[in-house]
Amino acid sequence: MSYQIPKFRHPELPVNELGYTKADYEGSISTLCAGCGHDSISGAIVKACHELSIEPHKIAKMSGIGCSSKAPTYFLGKSHGFNSVHGRMPSVVTGASMANRNMLYLGVSGDGDTASIGMGQFAHVARRNLNMVYIVMNNGCYGLTKGQDSATTDEGSASKKGDPNVYSAIDLCGTALQMGATFVARSFSGDKGQLVPLIKAAITHRGFALIDVVSPCVTFNNNPGSTKSYEFVREHAEATGTVDFVPMRKEITTDYKPGYTHEVTMHDGSSLHLYKLDENLDPFSRRSAINTLEDHRDARSILTGLIYMDKDSQDLHDVLQTSQRPLNALEEGELCPGNNMLENINASLR
Amino acid sequence: MRKRIESVNDFVIKFANVNGTGSASANNLFAKALFRMGLPVCPKNIFPSNIQGLPTWYEVRVSEKGYLGRRGGTDIVLSVNPQSMPQDIQDVESGGYFIYDNTKPLDLRLIRNDVNIIGIPLTRICNEQYQDHRQRQLFKNVIYVGALAALLNMDFKVLTNLVEDQFKGKEKLVLPNIHALELGHQWARANLECPIGIRVQTSDQVGNKILLDGNTALGLGAIYGGATVAAWYPITPSTSVVDAFEKYAKRVRIDPGTGRSNYAIVQAEDELSAIGMVIGASWNGARSFTATSGPGVSLMSEFLGLAYFAEIPTVLFNVQRAGPSTGMPTRTQQSDVLSSAYASHGDTKQVLLFPSTPKECFDFAALSFDLAERLQTPILVMTDLDLGMNDNMSAPLEWDDSRKYDRGKVVTAEELENGFDFGRYTDVDGDAICYRTYPGTHPSKGGFFTRGTSRDEKAVYTEKGEEYEENMLRLMRKWDTIKEYVPGPESFPCGRETHIGMLYYGTSEESSREAGDYLAMEDIHMDAMRVRSFPFNEEVRAFIESHKQVFVIEQNRDAQLRTLLMAEFEFGPDKLKSVLCFDGTPISARNISKQIKRHLKGGAVTPLHRNSVARGAGE
Ligand SMILES: Cc1ncc(C[n+]2csc(CCOP(=O)(O)OP(=O)(O)O)c2C)c(N)n1
Ligand code: SF4
Ligand SMILES: [Mg+2]
Repeated sequence: MSYQIPKFRHPELPVNELGYTKADYEGSISTLCAGCGHDSISGAIVKACHELSIEPHKIAKMSGIGCSSKAPTYFLGKSHGFNSVHGRMPSVVTGASMANRNMLYLGVSGDGDTASIGMGQFAHVARRNLNMVYIVMNNGCYGLTKGQDSATTDEGSASKKGDPNVYSAIDLCGTALQMGATFVARSFSGDKGQLVPLIKAAITHRGFALIDVVSPCVTFNNNPGSTKSYEFVREHAEATGTVDFVPMRKEITTDYKPGYTHEVTMHDGSSLHLYKLDENLDPFSRRSAINTLEDHRDARSILTGLIYMDKDSQDLHDVLQTSQRPLNALEEGELCPGNNMLENINASLR
Repeated sequence: MRKRIESVNDFVIKFANVNGTGSASANNLFAKALFRMGLPVCPKNIFPSNIQGLPTWYEVRVSEKGYLGRRGGTDIVLSVNPQSMPQDIQDVESGGYFIYDNTKPLDLRLIRNDVNIIGIPLTRICNEQYQDHRQRQLFKNVIYVGALAALLNMDFKVLTNLVEDQFKGKEKLVLPNIHALELGHQWARANLECPIGIRVQTSDQVGNKILLDGNTALGLGAIYGGATVAAWYPITPSTSVVDAFEKYAKRVRIDPGTGRSNYAIVQAEDELSAIGMVIGASWNGARSFTATSGPGVSLMSEFLGLAYFAEIPTVLFNVQRAGPSTGMPTRTQQSDVLSSAYASHGDTKQVLLFPSTPKECFDFAALSFDLAERLQTPILVMTDLDLGMNDNMSAPLEWDDSRKYDRGKVVTAEELENGFDFGRYTDVDGDAICYRTYPGTHPSKGGFFTRGTSRDEKAVYTEKGEEYEENMLRLMRKWDTIKEYVPGPESFPCGRETHIGMLYYGTSEESSREAGDYLAMEDIHMDAMRVRSFPFNEEVRAFIESHKQVFVIEQNRDAQLRTLLMAEFEFGPDKLKSVLCFDGTPISARNISKQIKRHLKGGAVTPLHRNSVARGAGE
């Protein structure tokens, strides 16, 4: 069946292939603090989804609890959303994906939600290679409970109210690599130019795609002494290179920038162009990705960009060999074997 | 002359084995052969939390009258475990029989003069027949079944036919097993007085009944109920639910054209994740379930509150075991009633179903998906280890092919397109159940945000006290609607004027009925009611109100169902009296009748303590 696309449209606003403007991908007005990094990430999500021409209602926004997990209310207002419980978004997405493989699952979480209470689920959803995008809005603190250190707070980093953190930080990209994630990237909320193509690539990737986005908390953790402040990240970010996302529908040659070092064809036919800056990184080698992450950790610089990608990734549905038709679309007649079979079963139990 | 228990088709036998020696299948063979002779049997496996080496028991009750609960007491012990021998011989009723492996002589200190002691040189026979150690161990079990057949005068042909049926497809095993049966049978006939005072003879008391464990029935019920997503974390005694689901799904849910699966089973990293997956799948329009036990439900509590508050269909099979904490993980109890009924923080109430037979496990499992979707709330099917892991005699399973799944209130794309005014938490037709949409239904209509935080009727976040309160009151009204949908109680009037009643649920049923019969013989008459769900409906209230005293029979220490009845109906403690068993074994008929008699004599006004409860039947 077909639906009417909303008729009223500002004549100047650019529309995508579905005829939607960017406004069709926006959500309610944000109630986060002015300047919060999370809002910039929401903006990047809106831009990426609009430019990729994804039907908004075919996206499910999934989150846990935290300022970051509230963010899905502020983008994609036409999509279903699920604000679950603290640290447990991955399991809800896993069930949702099992029920309907044909939707795009966009998970949003915080560093507390992921690296502390949700560490177990994060590790296991990566390991199962669930086909989803997992964005961590990583501010190195618990925003919603007023600024406590989180497990991604760097050793020695101090938040507005606190002493320098004495524990070593969990690197979510490194953890995801160890756990078997098939797409691992890091970015910065203040770098839309990098973030938008990474989100597009993550959406197109089949399998578990993590983007760990450093996202300063202006209220509790943007002070001098914090390694997750705007200033620190701007000074210490080092990109692996740049990424261009080229949808299949575009004439590839017209969009080429010369000098890219890799072209990856995605399973839907679109392609990724990687312009490498970091000579040591082979983004298709997990070992190289882990080494490069460690090198940057030693140098106290923040490695951003696409860090690893498995081009031949098999997602959980591939592994389980589930029906191509979504399980939630199967009819009673296909599911219920009927009384005859029960009679045979009864006979075998006598 | 020594006293001898004499009976036909009515006895309790207990096998004392060592865990991991393959005894279970031989014992099962024995029970099933009796069943095929037309005798109601009730086999119960009493096993340790151990893979190999610890004592394990298998109790079989035979009752021509059809009593399927535990009676209490043991008439025959078949002992092949020296470790537990001192206790096992003590457990034999006076005049009963103690059958043991006399390859090694019996410790003289163990001998009881009021018990008939019968020796069979099982180890010696095995050592003479078999070279291989594993064969010696396995066939020893089959040999004693053969000997028992002679001692009890069983129909030997039934046993050999059963072996042929059980090893269909593995024909190589048929002859060696029949040979072992014959070894035992012939040795007993040649050397012992056969039959002993306890005998069996062919009867016709089982009709079209089947022997099935409750967990398999739940798994099959989930198949018939249309479940497509199962998420779980292994825990005794629930594990075989998902095993059964998988077994039958592989048979009937693989698309013949594509070879792909019309189901997904995910073994989660823990129970939190398992229930999260169920909620995610159900939210997205698939029928989904998890199976677990008490420790798992504890972990799932936070999510169960989300499902209650956000109104997401959720199906959970709770196969209860003895708590608290890890408790006695391989023993039975009905001790999660309260923690399940009020699972999660805040004002939360969960729907419970209490099946008491495998057939009811099947029916309730299938029904739970209809209920979950109709009522948009978690449905917890409460069974226990006794029902779940033992073969229980049951009415055959049936499915009405004209039945249709009730998918509840779901708005379609067409309805949205035609102007349906959708509000996720708006009660449009007065039953306090609201319409939902599946994600992805319509490009611009019907989308909403699911959350565990308060929201208004259109699912928009709100912290307004009135709106929160209104929603909580609607959930209370929904609780009343739920009473109309859940299975009502079963009532068994005794047919006489009486002011006492008994009330029970789940696996306490059979023993309670039997205890009622014992007491009737002593001129104590009671009406009976079996509760099948929580919330309770008005019939339950009326039953309690119309009796001066009601005995609430259950298998936990704290009288949990009684507490629930008092909380929901505000009955006083004088009205409801507890009959309890919580030693980890299924409650027995003798225990129940003893406790009821003690109450009626007026002795026990104070709560019963362990001694008086578990020792009540002289077990
Ligand atoms: C079970 C549970 N424990 C604790 C909380 C309280 N809590 C809410 S948000 C939060 C931390 C969120 O931190 P993060 O995920 O980093 O999100 P941010 O607010 O920083 O974006 C905590 C501890 C909760 N909601 N649930
Ligand atoms: S407290 Fe921090 S994380 Fe939360 S909204 Fe404010 S700036 Fe953002
Ligand atoms: Mg945070």
